[in-house]
Amino acid sequence: MRVTFTVNGRSAEADDVWEGESLLYVLRERVGLPGSKNACEQGECGSCTVYLDDVPVCSCLVAAGQVQDRQVRTVEGLADGDRLDPVQACFIKAGAVQCGFCTPGLLVQAHDLIERNPEPSDPEIREALAGNLCRCTGYEKILDAVREAAAIKAGIA
Amino acid sequence: MDFLRPATWAEALTARAERPDAVPIAGGTDVMVELNFDRRRPGALLDLNRIPALRQWTRDPDGTIRLGASVPYARIIDELRTDLPGLAMASRTVGSPQIRNRGGVGGNLGAASPAGDTHPVLVATDAVIEVESAERGVRAIPATEFYLGVKRNAMAADELIKAVLLAPAKGPQQFSKIGTRNAMVIAVCSFAVALDVAARKVGAGIGSAAPTPRRPFEAELFAADALPWDSRADLDPRIATRFGELVAAAAAPIDDVRGTAAYRRHALSVMGRRTLTWAWREHQSSQSCQSSKELT
Ligand SMILES: Cc1cc2nc3c(=O)[nH]c(=O)nc-3n(C[C@H](O)[C@H](O)[C@H](O)COP(=O)(O)OP(=O)(O)OC[C@H]3O[C@@H](n4cnc5c(N)ncnc54)[C@H](O)[C@@H]3O)c2cc1C
Ligand code: FES
Ligand code: FES
Repeated sequence: MRVTFTVNGRSAEADDVWEGESLLYVLRERVGLPGSKNACEQGECGSCTVYLDDVPVCSCLVAAGQVQDRQVRTVEGLADGDRLDPVQACFIKAGAVQCGFCTPGLLVQAHDLIERNPEPSDPEIREALAGNLCRCTGYEKILDAVREAAAIKAGIA
Repeated sequence: MDFLRPATWAEALTARAERPDAVPIAGGTDVMVELNFDRRRPGALLDLNRIPALRQWTRDPDGTIRLGASVPYARIIDELRTDLPGLAMASRTVGSPQIRNRGGVGGNLGAASPAGDTHPVLVATDAVIEVESAERGVRAIPATEFYLGVKRNAMAADELIKAVLLAPAKGPQQFSKIGTRNAMVIAVCSFAVALDVAARKVGAGIGSAAPTPRRPFEAELFAADALPWDSRADLDPRIATRFGELVAAAAAPIDDVRGTAAYRRHALSVMGRRTLTWAWREHQSSQSCQSSKELT
């Protein structure tokens, strides 16, 4: 089947999509957006997190046909051209990226948290990121990055 | 495989009747895992995401809340925590934020996993599941009769779940779940309790400790009789303990990878005792607020 949707502000068309295929597969293999990662395909790791109509979801659990005519925003759509979003810049600065596999999902999820809650407490950050697994960093640097990004967006830092 | 995309509820019911090989998909948080791992190859997917009514909740004239089958957990938590505190608490323990943004009660009921987190609340609060078919129309099934066995429910092959009907809380409600961490865990076992203060009744539900969720009737009757409704006195710990024992006695747990039957029984007695104590304290404090208001 053919699936037409908007991704990162542009219209995308994927052909020969298998009806049981996930949005994650369509993004990575059919429309050239491999930023979202496939690490579990069962909703456990969060590395495939994207916005679907402004709500973060695991793209591995969205059927391709369900995004017809809808809006998707992936990690590739967070930066404004070459200007990184503060969340991205802070991940780099804090050293919150090691192998980087978890990073795209964490960036989208953290981006959403800060949009909804400009001054998140530590427990709120932990709860928001509870569905994103990282096997490398031990999370401390990730928390540092999210705190700093929130402060920048709130105009405090 | 086909991808069916009905735009209205009537179209969805027709498609459901015409395509018995189609699997309904709402949030996809159960269905897509099965597809991704080749555990299921249905003839078609029946996408329910385009039917606005399933994503809405409304209030009937008598106050009953009609919760559309695919209202995601995140919205139940945000919008219904005052009316449906037990369901909101259970929703908060489901998966992760991303899962709660997609999954909903209709999918929990459709999957009918013994470990589904909303089941104990639905049986404890006398929820009613509204299912519909194109041929026979609407059927209202009490939650206590909806679950038939492990991953089996009372829905016929041509029916879809439309809504869950729930009364706004008639008193404090509590939910408790045992798992290895605070997020992303399948319940080892779970428990819900709901007080109906005016009627002096106690509803309870046990999850993940039998093939289907269970109501511990003996425990409910014992607590309804033993709680100091008149004096609003502190709860005698012996009452809470006995309640917990009766809850545990009503379960039929098994040993599995998540825990032993003996552990589950023990955990249920603790959860029963604690949740009843929390609910009673909440009742006491809401009562004392009311009486101080009356005095001023
Ligand atoms: C990582 C992860 C963690 C999870 N954690 C939990 C947890 O902590 N607690 C818990 O209870 N569950 C958990 N789940 C399971 C799942 O999220 C829930 O069961 C959820 O409620 C399913 O809702 P859904 O809309 O995504 O269902 P779907 O996957 O869309 O559907 C589930 C089933 O219900 C049927 N169905 C859906 N809607 C209807 C309808 N309107 N009419 C008829 N049939 C219908 C489908 O055909 C399918 O059989 C988890 C899942 C994942 C992937
Ligand atoms: S790949 Fe989607 S959650 Fe892990
Ligand atoms: S940086 Fe390697 S998994 Fe997070």
